[in-house]
Amino acid sequence: MRVVIAEDSVLLRAGLTRLISDGGFDVVAAIGDGEELLRAVGEHRPGLVVVDVRMPPTHTDEGIQAALVIRRQYPDTAVMVLSQYVEESYAHDLLSTQTSAVGYLLKDRVAHVPDFLESLRRVATGGTVLDPEVVAQLVARRRSDPLDDLTPREQEVLRLMAEGRSNTGIAEALRVSHSAVEKYISNIFMKLDLPPTATEHRRVLAVLRYLRT
Amino acid sequence: MAAAVAALWAPRSWRATMHALTGLVVVAVTGVLLALWILDIVTLIYGSGAEAGLNAFYLVVAVLAPLPLLWWLGALGAVHRVRFRTGLGIEIPAPPRPPGRWPARVVRAWTGPTAWRQLGYLLLSLFIGLFGGIAVTACWSAPLVAATYPGGLPGRTPAMLVLVTAVFLAAPWVARAVASVDVRAARKLLGPSPAQQLELRVQALARSRADVVAAADAERRRIERDLHDGAQQRLMSLAMNLGMARTALGDDVPPAVRKVIEEAHEEAVEALAGLRELVRGLHPAVLNDRGLDAALSGVVARAPLPVRLQVDVAPRCAPSIEAIAYFMVSEALTNITRHARASRAEVIVTRDRDRLRVVVTDDGCGGACPDGGGTGLRGLAQRAAAVDGVLHVHSPAGGPTTITAELPCE
Repeated sequence: MRVVIAEDSVLLRAGLTRLISDGGFDVVAAIGDGEELLRAVGEHRPGLVVVDVRMPPTHTDEGIQAALVIRRQYPDTAVMVLSQYVEESYAHDLLSTQTSAVGYLLKDRVAHVPDFLESLRRVATGGTVLDPEVVAQLVARRRSDPLDDLTPREQEVLRLMAEGRSNTGIAEALRVSHSAVEKYISNIFMKLDLPPTATEHRRVLAVLRYLRT
Repeated sequence: MAAAVAALWAPRSWRATMHALTGLVVVAVTGVLLALWILDIVTLIYGSGAEAGLNAFYLVVAVLAPLPLLWWLGALGAVHRVRFRTGLGIEIPAPPRPPGRWPARVVRAWTGPTAWRQLGYLLLSLFIGLFGGIAVTACWSAPLVAATYPGGLPGRTPAMLVLVTAVFLAAPWVARAVASVDVRAARKLLGPSPAQQLELRVQALARSRADVVAAADAERRRIERDLHDGAQQRLMSLAMNLGMARTALGDDVPPAVRKVIEEAHEEAVEALAGLRELVRGLHPAVLNDRGLDAALSGVVARAPLPVRLQVDVAPRCAPSIEAIAYFMVSEALTNITRHARASRAEVIVTRDRDRLRVVVTDDGCGGACPDGGGTGLRGLAQRAAAVDGVLHVHSPAGGPTTITAELPCE
């Protein structure tokens, strides 16, 4: 898969390029700011973009803005946003229009190479990956809504769902049986009043409840 | 005796003398103007028989001549201040200008103490200038007068010589005494009144304190940026490389080597997390970028207990105030975690016109005291006080505790 990397630190750009190439991706461009990124995406039409949030010229949220434009203009390009700090309000912007094929991770996670590459693959194939810290912030941020009815265990399951884990992954993380996880999830769907349609879609909707408060 | 002679050359004496002479000039000019005015009035009253048109002119002059004083009083005061500055090197600060525009400003000046005190000095300076100037001139010119007195000084006796010498030697001291009296009068009347001085001082202090707060804030931002561009990137790169090394380790690697690399990797990741916390604590980038709401939601999320957050601040406050509010909430939540044994907390930040209200409540054990050492509440109170804000702590034994901070928005 073709990948474009946008990161303003030369050091990290080189590191990311190597890490992602070694992971079996084809890095076609690695650049240092948001505008260049849009040009490169237009030129290479990559399957995945890995972008840093804080880039020139303003060093605020260029990465988020670029990600939004890319998701709107090139629906076939998945976006993984990396940030030194994970901020709920950035996540909110990022996920406000699209929830598929986007990811938002703390830069630290890159150091856990296999996990990071797995996250990239998940996003590239249309999945959603949110950093546990974002999810924690989103949970903390909620005001009064149906999510308050969830038990702590169910909230935890929802958090793991938001991180993009499968039922098996959740069962492993919580050290509970597969059927227990299914029970929690159906409780969550019920409490959030999500009618049974395509299960995967309901999962995304459940996660979105965290964001639309 | 030597001191008395030395004083004749001392710069201070000559400055004082020059001051007395310029004082005399001011008196002379004022005297001429005053004399013309009085002459005008006298002519008006006693000059019967003059033409009606001429009388009307005298009347107009008599009435209108003092009027410019209303406006130019400040300028006359300024002339005297220049005299003190250039002649004696003494700075007499100008009283604060009354606020407002032309007519209102003049009315305010005369209804307040400023104009009357200036007028008082102008009148007093006429006396000081006249008598002081004459005395100083007389002392200095005593030998000259004695030598050139027509027909010789009456009774050219040794006693007379001693007297003339004594008067001449006294000239520097007389000049200094006159100058010192004048300075004292000017300080009292020409400068700002004690209340005004206090007010100016308060303004200056408030300004310098605001500068200090802003400078500290700017410094934090600078350090945050430096760490972000430097140490954080390098550590990140290190952790990434170790991560890659760890992943690339084959099965044939000795266990000891594997262990070392794994540990190095984990430590690098931990150091990175620690540094991130530190840098965020210095100044969260998102605070600049998106304001209190976004920044506080991060703080609240990291708190180990559930916290309800409600932020309603529009428009945004000054950056240094936002930073203070941010750190207060951050600090308050740390306090709650450490001391309150609370199960939940609530943070409400609202803006009411030009005041920012930060309320942090917890359901803990209470008994927090703003003066108590070690609870960090003193630090909060100091932070609030640094920008003229106030901190209230309501924390009865047994709880709950409410900390309310009110800060100015600018």
